[in-house]
Amino acid sequence: MNILVCISNVPDTTSKINFTQDNTKFDTTGVQFVINPNDEFGLTRAMWFKEKQGATVHVATVGGPSVESTMRKALAIGADEGIRINAEPTDGYFVAQQLAEVIKNGGYDLIIAGRESIDYNGGMVPGIIAATLDINFVNTCIGLEIEGEKVKAIREIDGGKETLETSLPLIIGGQKGLVEESDLRIPNMRGIMMARQKKLNVLEPVDTVHATTDKSFDKPAPKGPVKLVDADNVEELIDLLHNEAKVI
Amino acid sequence: MSILVYTEAESGKLKKNAFEAASYAYKVAGEMGTEVTAISFNVSDNSALGNYGVSKVLKVEDEKLKTFHARAYASAIAEAVKKVGAQVVILSSSTDSKYLGGLLAGMLKAGYVPNAVAAPDSVQPMVVKRMAFSNKGFAHTEVNTDIKIIGVSNNAFGIIENSTSLQEESFSPEAGEKDFATRSVEVDKVVGEVTIADADIVVSAGRGLKGPENWGMIEELAEVLGAATACSKPVSDMGWRSHGEHVGQTGKPVASNLYIAIGISGAIQHLAGVSASKVKVVINTDPEAPFFKAADYGIVGDAFEVVPKLIEKLKEFKAQNA
Ligand SMILES: Cc1cc2nc3c(=O)[nH]c(=O)nc-3n(C[C@H](O)[C@H](O)[C@H](O)COP(=O)(O)OP(=O)(O)OC[C@H]3O[C@@H](n4cnc5c(N)ncnc54)[C@H](O)[C@@H]3O)c2cc1C
Ligand SMILES: Nc1ncnc2c1ncn2[C@@H]1O[C@H](COP(=O)(O)O)[C@@H](O)[C@H]1O
Repeated sequence: MNILVCISNVPDTTSKINFTQDNTKFDTTGVQFVINPNDEFGLTRAMWFKEKQGATVHVATVGGPSVESTMRKALAIGADEGIRINAEPTDGYFVAQQLAEVIKNGGYDLIIAGRESIDYNGGMVPGIIAATLDINFVNTCIGLEIEGEKVKAIREIDGGKETLETSLPLIIGGQKGLVEESDLRIPNMRGIMMARQKKLNVLEPVDTVHATTDKSFDKPAPKGPVKLVDADNVEELIDLLHNEAKVI
Repeated sequence: MSILVYTEAESGKLKKNAFEAASYAYKVAGEMGTEVTAISFNVSDNSALGNYGVSKVLKVEDEKLKTFHARAYASAIAEAVKKVGAQVVILSSSTDSKYLGGLLAGMLKAGYVPNAVAAPDSVQPMVVKRMAFSNKGFAHTEVNTDIKIIGVSNNAFGIIENSTSLQEESFSPEAGEKDFATRSVEVDKVVGEVTIADADIVVSAGRGLKGPENWGMIEELAEVLGAATACSKPVSDMGWRSHGEHVGQTGKPVASNLYIAIGISGAIQHLAGVSASKVKVVINTDPEAPFFKAADYGIVGDAFEVVPKLIEKLKEFKAQNA
């Protein structure tokens, strides 16, 4: 089985979010970039398929040269080979078309993407790829087992979960649950050394539309101070929620 | 020309988010000088859509589409888009709608703006304010394609009444075999309980509760309020609660009217996922807990004392206000 894991390079979850150039650009000053958490769960599940079922695992990203350290981390975790499409990932449609091209040419059976990137929260790349390539798609995937061509996938739904049967080729939008938090791997020295020898191919982007453009950004208005209520006086809280906030 | 809204249903009944999506669609249609067409799947009574600005509903009645099926629903919606010449497609932000969003964007070669938090800044060009960086910021996103898809964030726009005369029309999409290549074999879902996605109120608890055996009072508080229950990430990592309850930047987003955080410190990743909630209450023993900076109301106190009292007083309040 040939697996491609799509890796989005995102600010670490503790990052302070600021904008520059008249609020038109995300300010990367002092920001640490990491593998998108949803993709890290997917990559870890891919390592399971590699170790237990002999799959090969490639990782792909759309991004400039600065993304390479994140890709090296994915290789250090155990992916066999990396692909970087040399373009700024400005919108989900554009990114999906770039990845679709790699998938078409690479003969992958299983494509693992994440439910969403935690930076721009698009949540669209795997769906667009599925529609573009006309392949099966399971989103918010929290369980995946593959026997030959047969696939059993579990997806999270509002208020529960749903078990699905499908077949390869398949793309998923994965998240926590695919593997547990405790299964995530921190690359060891050997992995890091080996990653240096692995191939990280750079491809030029194909020509495609930019379906959306982020024109500007802003931040939520600052909040007023909290109103404290005495622990012995919960009636006051109920009164505030009823008469002031009008939410109960 | 038209605006098409996908009006979601559950067990044959329209969901609350269908009315919010319809209200949003009506607003966009007004700005564009056109009308709203809805598409619904196996809904027995669509008449309520006429209260929220829908002029026509395409009724799909098909045994095969009785329960949600992403690819088949997306194909049907794409077909409806062509049929009515829709320029804008409006979805909600439910898990199912987000599943459809990407598929539809691919099928229609359309720009998709998910998590819209307000009516478009402008419709020509189409610029929409949406959540980004897990609520730590907002983007104003322009859609450059002929067909545009907008996903409306829960509780962001609100349900707004607009009485229209509703015309109903049967619609039989041409579902192909490929549309059913992914089949549902089992749905495991608590029925009758409010889900985090739909809830007006969410009661959430964290590691401060010490262990899963202490969740009885959290469930009781949620029941009194008609709320959904949720938890912080470590609580689901330790298996005290199911993964489906984990909220935050890497869990489910919460956009309820009221969010009550009990024994949750308020780590940045937690706050990012819940800050779209309108009113936040924190109950925590530690006055320095970061959640106090993000909350509207707070009680510095021990959850094991405060929560039972709160339940008792809320029951009295409910009895009086029933
Ligand atoms: C990549 C990444 C992603 C993450 N994503 C998420 C996410 O999506 N969601 C999320 O929640 N977290 C997330 N986290 C984890 C986050 O950083 C925090 O560790 C977590 O939110 C803390 O959970 P908590 O508040 O329940 O526990 P703690 O931080 O341990 O806080 C417990 C709180 O309970 C209070 N307390 C103790 N006893 C009582 C009592 N008797 N009564 C009242 N209060 C009491 C304490 O004062 C304390 O403030 C993520 C972390 C990382 C690194
Ligand atoms: N620039 C990118 N390069 C590679 N994969 C990406 C990129 N952006 C998004 N993806 C994949 O698509 C998933 C959903 O991303 P998004 O639609 O941006 O929220 C991510 O979890 C990744 O798996």
